[in-house]
Amino acid sequence: MSDASSPSGDGDAPAEDSAPESATAALLDAARQSDLGIVLGTLLLVYLAATVLTFTDGLNSVVGLMRTLTFLGLVYALAALALNLQWGYAGLFNIGVAGFMALGVYTMGIVVRSPDPAFGPPGFGLPLPVGIVAGMLVAAVVGLLAALPALRLKADYLAIVTLGISEIIRLFLQSSAFDTFLRNTLGVGTGGGRGMGLPQNPVRELFLVDGQAGTPTAFGDLAFGTLGAGGLGISNTILIDWAYIAVLAAFVVGFYVLLERLGRSPFGRTLKAIREDELVADSLGKNVDLIKIKVFVIGCALMGLAGILWFGSQGNVSPTPQFMPVLTFYVFIAVIIGGSGSNAGAVLGGIVFATVLFEGPRRIGSSLRDVIGAETPPSFADAVVTLDPTAFLAFATDNIAPLQFVFLGLILVFIMHRRPDGILGDRIETAAAVDLSERPSGGETDE
Amino acid sequence: MSSDVPDASDVAETADEVDATDAVSDEPEANDSAVEEAAKHVPSGAPPLRVEGLVKHFGGVTAVDGASFEVERGSLTGLIGPNGAGKSTTFNCITGVHEPTAGSVYFKSEDVTGLEPYRMARKGLVRTFQIARELEEMTVLENLMLAPKGQIGESAIRAVTPGLRREVIEQEEAIRERAWETLDFFEIDHLANEHAGNLSGGQRKLLEMARALMTDPEVVLLDEPLAGVNPTLEEKILDRIHQLREDGYTFLLVEHDMDVIMNNCEHVIVMHQGSVLAEGTGDEIRDNERVIEAYLGEDI
Repeated sequence: MSDASSPSGDGDAPAEDSAPESATAALLDAARQSDLGIVLGTLLLVYLAATVLTFTDGLNSVVGLMRTLTFLGLVYALAALALNLQWGYAGLFNIGVAGFMALGVYTMGIVVRSPDPAFGPPGFGLPLPVGIVAGMLVAAVVGLLAALPALRLKADYLAIVTLGISEIIRLFLQSSAFDTFLRNTLGVGTGGGRGMGLPQNPVRELFLVDGQAGTPTAFGDLAFGTLGAGGLGISNTILIDWAYIAVLAAFVVGFYVLLERLGRSPFGRTLKAIREDELVADSLGKNVDLIKIKVFVIGCALMGLAGILWFGSQGNVSPTPQFMPVLTFYVFIAVIIGGSGSNAGAVLGGIVFATVLFEGPRRIGSSLRDVIGAETPPSFADAVVTLDPTAFLAFATDNIAPLQFVFLGLILVFIMHRRPDGILGDRIETAAAVDLSERPSGGETDE
Repeated sequence: MSSDVPDASDVAETADEVDATDAVSDEPEANDSAVEEAAKHVPSGAPPLRVEGLVKHFGGVTAVDGASFEVERGSLTGLIGPNGAGKSTTFNCITGVHEPTAGSVYFKSEDVTGLEPYRMARKGLVRTFQIARELEEMTVLENLMLAPKGQIGESAIRAVTPGLRREVIEQEEAIRERAWETLDFFEIDHLANEHAGNLSGGQRKLLEMARALMTDPEVVLLDEPLAGVNPTLEEKILDRIHQLREDGYTFLLVEHDMDVIMNNCEHVIVMHQGSVLAEGTGDEIRDNERVIEAYLGEDI
């Protein structure tokens, strides 16, 4: 995104030379050359598909589906970016992503919740920014504790340790004994298996006074009047959600810029070297253990923040099933699809995974189901025996959730086979703070 | 074209935390002024590398059994020996990959026994590997730019903070320039933006040496730099080593090829069964009966 300008600039030139090509072709060409173009282009395609699926239900449904897809795409992009720093750049196999996100959002909840709430566990009652920073810090500190022993071992052990930590975190949050312990010692609680309500999203207060429905602010009045019930007929909730999506998008850009800067620096170069061959990095004077710990801690803090932005906006949070290890694997799939080692790839992978692979089959399935109209056979055997393709399709679309994983597996096999580096994995991500593509002037040019 | 390998003091200065000051001078002739001088520059009397009674056991196997030798400043010293003589283990003990079971390693009269590889590299002792370990998915230029000491951009904070990043970029420009000059010197500048994994075996050997030099070392340990290299390239590599030696670098060379060692090294150390069997000039070694015995078997 920040560095997108120069490649897109290069892309424009040849398109202008070949005059016969249409303006759209030139635009496509430019889009293909720039990371921002690829990401926005993918989003546009997703929006197009969403429109096709829901346009019969009216604008509100179209915008609503787009909202769901965009939200998921962006939160997966955030998590994938954080994981890409650890795994894509430094080769640290962290399969505890879910745990670190849980730590972030739970810490935020505990810090910000009122000490004397109407229901649910009490908290410290501190302002939201404090909670967000605390969430990142706790994720970072737990990451540090995990990294200290595990990073000195071979990569596989880090994987086992992080998976274990992630489950330990989830089970602690789940445990009512831990909840009671916290209440007795610190006077705060986790809510155990029932979870806790989370502080109000500040974006909501932009539209509604104190976040109460029915009392819009001046800005809310304007927005609801033009786009909402008074204008285009989009529901207030969806409008507020879109405002939050804008916040998420800003964070994605922030993560991206931060990680690009980290990657395009001597620090990023050392990370790449550690990923390739630790002994070489060590023999060239790099303190491998320290750098691994640093990057692991930074990544965990970003995962904590991603957890806050993702689950913190959901009203309430509970440990199961949100933070099951499968969430970690989803984030991994996003990084793999996009191309591990590429930040633009992580953003793209997050969007493609969440929309096309995760939500896509479900949405398409239910739309198909509406069209089919046949009765669903009671079992798979019945569906096969009828020899009626519509009945079979009806059965399949009614059971799209498990089928979705078959679909996901097939896609992964396909990608591993055809494009093992992911969509953008073949990109050369320069690991230096200066341009390396050409020799600076003044140098000798022989050869 | 081939310029001398540039001196990188401008780059390395910041982290050149060579602990010369606390170099405990255990030599008898050391006096008060020696300490003072050590702060500026190490006295030329102290050999840049000295190994004393080095022992390394792996379980029940004794790989190195009391090896002692010195490498003189500015020399090209050869280390030879039949397979299993303990050359590579000695190398690994010197560079900190293995911690020796007993014995000491001195770098410029400072005891550096058992220091981690990265500390050794920062002090100015760098190595190459027997089987070239290029960083495959990094370009040749990135491989080289990785190596210099004291890169301020290796701090994550400096790499991302807007104001501080400007200094990083300035330093990067200097490092890039130096990397290009080093590429010129080894005549692999046409490969600068190639992924290191695409290089041929010989080119990888050149890359390894170039990368090692980018750390601005005093002593370079070369582990079989000529293994699997064609004669033309062998010539080229040896030529570069001699040039660099004239510039003041010290080399310790492990090599299988007796002729190479005899013809190029002014000082040769022969290892056999974990200890030093003989030391001397090429001619002395050539005529040493114990060496011939070790290489060809007892019944000669």
